[in-house]
Amino acid sequence: MKKLLASVVMAPVLAFASGAEVHLDRAPDRSRDTAALQNGAKVFVNYCLSCHSASYMRYNRLKDIGLSDDQVRENLLFTADKVGEPMKISMQRAEAKQWFGAAPPDLTVIARARASEFGSGSDWLYTYLRTFYRDETRPTGWNNVAFSNVGMPHVLWELQGEQVMGDDHHLKLVKPGKLKPEEYDALVADLVGFLKYMGEPVGEFRKNLGIAVLIVLSLLFVLSYALKREFWKDIH
Amino acid sequence: MAASNYEKFKSDGTMLGNLTEWVDARFPLTSMWKAHLSEYYAPKNFNFWYFFGSLALLVLVIQIVTGIFLVMHYKPDASLNASGVPVAFASVEYIMRDVPWGWLIRYMHSTGASAFFIVVYLHMFRGLIYGSFRKPRELTWLFGVMIFLALMAEAFAGYLLPWGQMSYWGAQVILNLFSAIPFIGNDLATWIRGDFVIGDSTLNRMFSFHVIAIPLVLVGLVAAHILALHETGSNNPDGVEIKKRKDERGIPLDGIPFHPYYTVKDLVGVVVFLMVFSVILFFMPEGGGYFLEYNNFIPADPMVTPQHIAPVWYFTPYYSLLRAVTFPLFGIDAKFWGVVAMGAGVVIFAFLPWLDRSPVKSIRYRGPIFKVFLAIWVICFFILGYLGVQAPTPGRTLVSQICTVIYFAFFLTMPVWSKLDKCQPEPDRVTFR
Repeated sequence: MKKLLASVVMAPVLAFASGAEVHLDRAPDRSRDTAALQNGAKVFVNYCLSCHSASYMRYNRLKDIGLSDDQVRENLLFTADKVGEPMKISMQRAEAKQWFGAAPPDLTVIARARASEFGSGSDWLYTYLRTFYRDETRPTGWNNVAFSNVGMPHVLWELQGEQVMGDDHHLKLVKPGKLKPEEYDALVADLVGFLKYMGEPVGEFRKNLGIAVLIVLSLLFVLSYALKREFWKDIH
Repeated sequence: MAASNYEKFKSDGTMLGNLTEWVDARFPLTSMWKAHLSEYYAPKNFNFWYFFGSLALLVLVIQIVTGIFLVMHYKPDASLNASGVPVAFASVEYIMRDVPWGWLIRYMHSTGASAFFIVVYLHMFRGLIYGSFRKPRELTWLFGVMIFLALMAEAFAGYLLPWGQMSYWGAQVILNLFSAIPFIGNDLATWIRGDFVIGDSTLNRMFSFHVIAIPLVLVGLVAAHILALHETGSNNPDGVEIKKRKDERGIPLDGIPFHPYYTVKDLVGVVVFLMVFSVILFFMPEGGGYFLEYNNFIPADPMVTPQHIAPVWYFTPYYSLLRAVTFPLFGIDAKFWGVVAMGAGVVIFAFLPWLDRSPVKSIRYRGPIFKVFLAIWVICFFILGYLGVQAPTPGRTLVSQICTVIYFAFFLTMPVWSKLDKCQPEPDRVTFR
């Protein structure tokens, strides 16, 4: 059922709108899917964490998504020596700026920063990572629907394959990648889910705690209201 | 009622009694308790609108207590760390992630800022509809206007501290306004920033204002606000003076001791408020991008100007007043007059006690002119607030100009229409409804 739902959500064809108003696809919710989040972490560490840092995020914080320190050490710890260290990168910012025109931004809170009136930050990232297309006028050979004239090349192109912009302003997959389109969409959804988690690791706990707090406050309301009624029964 | 008018506590021989007597001989403890709580007689007909005074005090306490803990971990430092992120921005994320319960403290503080303005706006509106600003409570009202001004300064300084894009560019827009003042403007703006651009020195002085200077003023003004109120006694939804009718012991017939009656009643208000507060804090701490603006999750970058700079929601009506003035006057730049309009929009509240000439205080007994004009004014206030977050277009600017004229006309023409209005007679005693 979940798979069916996900494929329906991921089905829409992307319309290309000019200007700032980009239609954003809705990112599937992965926030309570630990396996998906772990997969997203793997993709993030393998593909993003060489140019982009996540400098407020400590490796051992990944225990939130069910990864033990040993699992992190064996599978994910490429850019640091100790699990207590943040996800930094070895690339120097000055060099990065020279290479890419702008230093790749830190991605820790990117899912929160990219939210707008058009959709959540997850929606934007989900759209962005799926709408790279070939554009020989760009220095990298790549352009993007959600982020026009983006400085980043399509890092996941081997997985997605190559898209081009058709005359009808729709993207067409001209060279298939290692993954089928729906597999690629699912992978991006996992990655975006991880980025959302990383933007606010406490996010899910916050909501659970909120329910508990509201239950306690509801009890307090009953008590305080009864107290007020008792004191005020003689006031007319 | 001066505190010294009360009898001193006589011990009943218990340890607590002896201690109280000892303290009372040296400090007006019992008399203060009586003067401000157990024998402060408040009208018995307070309604929903009267919760917001005590709630404002609650939010002030929340902000001070959470602020104390935030200062323990926050670093007002605009220099870049090894990852190229400003230290101040990174320290906020450190609080959100690595400080135990830091996220809760930080969200309480950020949600509290918006809650403070919601509560204070409602508290001010209460004063407006029931004539609480009228004689003899002019000073209470004036202290209140000063609290509002201090609160705006406090919020502005605090908003710079996370050092995100909106912190930076919002401050850039607002602090640049000082440069619109003729002759001294540019030097004044530089003096306030402590630099030619917003920078580390600006961040450090705003930190100082936010955690020491303005809170000190704020707490002092709140004390003065409450002392002045307790000198005159509280107004009520009927706008009649309960002190006019007293029993043989000198207690107002329609008055009830603040404690326990209003302490238990306000306790209900506090719990309901905390429920609403918790819904925002735990389920939508960003407040749809209005309480925590999305762009503020991007570290401040002096080289990249955001496409659209919008102030936080509670400043937007006044930001609209600022932007509505688009023409120069007397050979001085439009920007200067915009600043004047914005400042006047806040300060004009201070003149209300002398602008209102109505024979009655409360909206319950006022005529149709007041009700219609107030409704139009409130609508204009909301429209100005809405336009303040939108990018300006010629149409929107025209609407904001019309609303600006109405905003000020409401106050400036009040001496005329408040006298003409057909009012109903006030009752002798307060009523419950």
